[in-house]
Amino acid sequence: MRLPGDWEMVVGLEVHTELKTATKMFCGCANHFGSEPNTNICPVCLGLPGSLPVLNEHAVDLAMAIGIALHSRIASSTFHRKNYFYPDMPKDFQISQYDLPINSGGYLDLPDGSRVSIERAHLEEDTGKSTHLGGTGRIHGADRSLVDYNRSGVPLVEIVSGPDIRSSAQARAYASELRGILIATGASDGRMEEGSMRIDANVSVRKPNAPFGTRCEIKNLNSLRSLQRAIDHEALRQIELIEDGGTVRQETRHWDENLGETSTMRIKEEAEDYRYFREPDLVDLDPDQRWQDRIRASLPAMPAERRAKLKARLVSPAQAQLDAVEVVIDLGLESFANAAIDAGADPALAVARAANELAAGIEDLKNLSAEAFSATLLMEQRGELSATQAKTVLGELLASGGDPKAIAAAMGFEQLSSDSLGATVARLIEENPDEWTRYREGDEKLAQFFIGQVMKITKGQANGKAVIAELQARR
Amino acid sequence: MKTAQSIAREVQSGESSASAELDNSLSAIRARDEELNVFLYVDEEGARATAASIDERVARGEDVGPLAGVPIAIKDNMCQTGIPTTCSSKILEGWRPPYNATVIDRLIAAGAVPVGKTNLDEFAMGSSTENSAFGPTRNPLDPSRVPGGSSGGSAAAVAANMTPLALGSDTGGSIRQPAALCGLIGMKPSYGLVSRYGLIAFASSLDQIGPFSKNVMDAAILLEAIAGHDPLDSTSLPEPSPSLVAHVNDGVAGKRIALVRELVEGADEDVVISVNRAVEALKDAGATIVELSIPEFRLGLSAYYLIAPAEASSNLARYDGVRYGLRVDAEDVAAMNEATRTAGFGAEVKRRIMLGTYALSAGYFDAYYGQALKVRTRMIDAFKRAYQQADLLIGATTPSVAFAFGTKTSDPMSMYLSDVFTIPTNLAGEAAVSVPFGTGEAGLPVGVQLLGPGRSEAQLFAAARVLEIAEDRS
Ligand SMILES: [Zn+2]
Repeated sequence: MRLPGDWEMVVGLEVHTELKTATKMFCGCANHFGSEPNTNICPVCLGLPGSLPVLNEHAVDLAMAIGIALHSRIASSTFHRKNYFYPDMPKDFQISQYDLPINSGGYLDLPDGSRVSIERAHLEEDTGKSTHLGGTGRIHGADRSLVDYNRSGVPLVEIVSGPDIRSSAQARAYASELRGILIATGASDGRMEEGSMRIDANVSVRKPNAPFGTRCEIKNLNSLRSLQRAIDHEALRQIELIEDGGTVRQETRHWDENLGETSTMRIKEEAEDYRYFREPDLVDLDPDQRWQDRIRASLPAMPAERRAKLKARLVSPAQAQLDAVEVVIDLGLESFANAAIDAGADPALAVARAANELAAGIEDLKNLSAEAFSATLLMEQRGELSATQAKTVLGELLASGGDPKAIAAAMGFEQLSSDSLGATVARLIEENPDEWTRYREGDEKLAQFFIGQVMKITKGQANGKAVIAELQARR
Repeated sequence: MKTAQSIAREVQSGESSASAELDNSLSAIRARDEELNVFLYVDEEGARATAASIDERVARGEDVGPLAGVPIAIKDNMCQTGIPTTCSSKILEGWRPPYNATVIDRLIAAGAVPVGKTNLDEFAMGSSTENSAFGPTRNPLDPSRVPGGSSGGSAAAVAANMTPLALGSDTGGSIRQPAALCGLIGMKPSYGLVSRYGLIAFASSLDQIGPFSKNVMDAAILLEAIAGHDPLDSTSLPEPSPSLVAHVNDGVAGKRIALVRELVEGADEDVVISVNRAVEALKDAGATIVELSIPEFRLGLSAYYLIAPAEASSNLARYDGVRYGLRVDAEDVAAMNEATRTAGFGAEVKRRIMLGTYALSAGYFDAYYGQALKVRTRMIDAFKRAYQQADLLIGATTPSVAFAFGTKTSDPMSMYLSDVFTIPTNLAGEAAVSVPFGTGEAGLPVGVQLLGPGRSEAQLFAAARVLEIAEDRS
């Protein structure tokens, strides 16, 4: 979307990601989404009197992995208490990092070539989750509020970008690339719909080269689509306000996905005073060089590098193929695509089948081996399976695993190969002498006629290329 | 009354039994608890079951542990599964923790029998036990006077022969000061020596659990049983429990002990006389005595009354009526929080929450909390310098003997001054012990304080034992 006139938006994002640790940040409770409310709890994550936090080292591993992937500087850091009252925060303070975060500085390069700076990526604990019944569904005016503390104490990393983003599309690309990095490092599953990745956007507008305008913070955007829409809406709102002679007020705003607009949540008359001070129940976090090196050495390739490698295997790719590569990288499917290409499959076919069929069956990916995927694609390429059949075989492999040849045989697909297809084509030539003559005289359109007939007889199971091969063999 | 050491020996040998010792303890409690208000809760049923199981284990020939069958009183700011734990505050009334503090687990493992929870100044904020929501505790030696605080109930339990041992917690002197006022041994161990897991926090960077007893050996046995690394407390020292009992009789020959001018400054004359007599006794036992001035000690009180309330303001935020304890209903959550806290906290707790909130607030942080942290660093450095010249330091524990009820309640500053000699040790995270030595006004005991660097508990007990022997002879 283009902003009216020469207005420019200035956006910075704060991304909270839950870390994929087995246990919570400061206790041994399971870090698991979707359990019965208040079942993954103990004195520590309930903040019971007398309980004390003990840092989960794996959370530190993952935070450092994120920092390394974002080219941050890892330093000796401390934990602080952020003090404020809220019912879903059992201690009425949150353990977070303040002036000395574990990761400072860094940057993220986007696929379009732009670079967004990273200010910091620090560790903190998540709060519980409130559900407000009655009223508007918000805490004010609710009849009852229920709190689930399963999420309380789940480790989070908050990644704060610089105010470098200039369009909602760039914001979306940043969030998407960051999500890919979080998944690649193993730090997060990146499931925005489950709240394991949540985004706050700081949005302001200005004229070119003017100082930054007053910003508003839009809280808790939980999809890439919401992020993009909310930023556009907020920038336009601010521009309209200013052009009508008003001024933007610094405030926190709430995005309503259904209404497609932001509304005031709370006004920041002055900076909130969280009375940060060093958490006396924890010691300093000072990962030594060996610890850092171990994490650095264990990091797999990041999406940008993997994307470049896979694109390089495509011969003069069309836009659709490049888009397919994005999907394959985002979902981490390139090991399948690469294996198939290595085995001799057409790179475009390998990327397309991975981006479509594998992406659709991603939940069942564990049933499918790269070998079976490659073998299926080669069968399709050799004409032993039609495109439709190949997709069916892949679907079956994802559902229950097995050997593609055996599946094709069991489904009766194999009859179509070789002899039986040849016999069908020969019979059709006999039954349609006029069409055959015209085809032989060079009317290529008639190939489609024969393919259509073969499809009718085989109920769509034949491979078009194989039919053409049979026709040409008899021409 | 028998010592803890002799009870454990007799229970283990079959000469006595845990159940019989518990009966003695329970009858002593029945005899004087109404008058003294020592216990907030006596867990008779639980204690009887624990004692019975110890007796069964002894009968089976098992080694029950160094505290076999010894009844012990627990300050009511330590969590024990299923036992009401109040911190002497209305805000926690009715709450029963679902877990044991690490010290409780270790006591049970050592064969001790926790008999109940003792009174304290609300959330350990005070020096007389007058700040309890459940009424003050009286000093068993003179019921018209305070037992000291905040661990006044635990001190009184031992002084009144209700239990030979008790646990207290010391944030600015809350073990040593009541030990002095009740004529007991009371130690604040080095920060991190005893796990704080399950100790309800007042000021996390200062709090430390420690023993009360009538003699040095019993305190050493108790501390050795509860000390040592705990993976549940990140600030716990990495080492296992130190060897203390074996060193109680090491003496002080060849040790350099410094009398610190600031640790007697402003003390009553009878207190100063006792300290000087203690110095002579140590010299007679072969110690070299030097005199030192550590002017930084004068800054301790002001730094403490910023750091401790600051941490408390955050630690006590969780008492909001949402999950446990008192809830006073109101029209919305924020109003409920406010009504609950207004009704649930006493005046001194509110005062300190406000002080601490102010000290941490934007615009004041640097001038108050930040400045106090700098003083704390200077205090640590000052101790370090002192320990280049001496192995241990000596002074008074408190400026006076036990005072009468109501004499300091109207003026918080005069109450705060009770802790002027004990606070430096907490700020530096080091160790100190109060030893009864001599008497003062009205024949009441005087506490002499021995201070040592981190992990000097064995040396401190050895020096305390020298004073104990000298006192027995006099
Ligand atoms: Zn937990």
